[in-house]
Amino acid sequence: MIDWDLIRDLLSWALFLTGGFSVVAGAIGLVRFPDFFTRLHAAGVTDTAGAELIILGMMIQAPNWIVVVKLAFIAAFLFLTSPVATHAIAHAAWMVGFKPMQGPDLRYEGDGK
Amino acid sequence: MGRFIILVLALGALWLLLSGYFDKPLLLGFGAASVLFAALMARRAGIVDNDSVPTGLFPGIFGYWLWLTFEIGKSNIGVIRHALAVEPKLSPKLFYVPCQPKTSVGKATFANSITLTPGTVSVDLGEEGILVHALTEDFADVGAIKEMGDYVARIEGSEA
Repeated sequence: MIDWDLIRDLLSWALFLTGGFSVVAGAIGLVRFPDFFTRLHAAGVTDTAGAELIILGMMIQAPNWIVVVKLAFIAAFLFLTSPVATHAIAHAAWMVGFKPMQGPDLRYEGDGK
Repeated sequence: MGRFIILVLALGALWLLLSGYFDKPLLLGFGAASVLFAALMARRAGIVDNDSVPTGLFPGIFGYWLWLTFEIGKSNIGVIRHALAVEPKLSPKLFYVPCQPKTSVGKATFANSITLTPGTVSVDLGEEGILVHALTEDFADVGAIKEMGDYVARIEGSEA
């Protein structure tokens, strides 16, 4: 007899742990990366892998199908809206003339010889 | 008219699945009324077009999302590696990627896909294409990003 509850727990725990790890890694990147634009990339990890993996884990634990569908809606709307938010921030920074660091030595344009 | 019917069906499905009522006639009636009201208002405002009801992207978009999920997974690993590296070797770069999709929905899908993929963020849309900021030289792979744009252009092309 296969213990489906055990398989469900194992699968969702694996997803929760990888998702949680992504959130923490994104947060660490957010602190460690040098400038605004590079930090956006770290936030992207939390946005995508972190959120979606945790929601997937919740879907496996859901008590009935209507909860699964609602979680799927949340996942889909996050998938569609989080890049819009990220782009809005990046575009706003760009429009007001905020220039990113560039190159391997992380220089601002016009900085140095 | 076809678009309007699709909008009503999509809103109706959303209402049904979010409410979870299937056997309460009064509530179902209210749901149907609100769906119709919203759809009619959208029609009156003249916003039922390919931007709000992008029928042209279906059904190809599902395969694209699946493919995109794997791309996102791959670049997530790359960014996490940089975030946790003892000495992160970043070389941020700004560059233009040609934008092949022609409809505004296709352009938005492409630009959002670039942003959604960690390691690259679309910053601006101009004459030369999409201005992309990449975390390192490796992420600034114009070929791979162009491939994404070609895919989106193929999907939206199915409508014409």
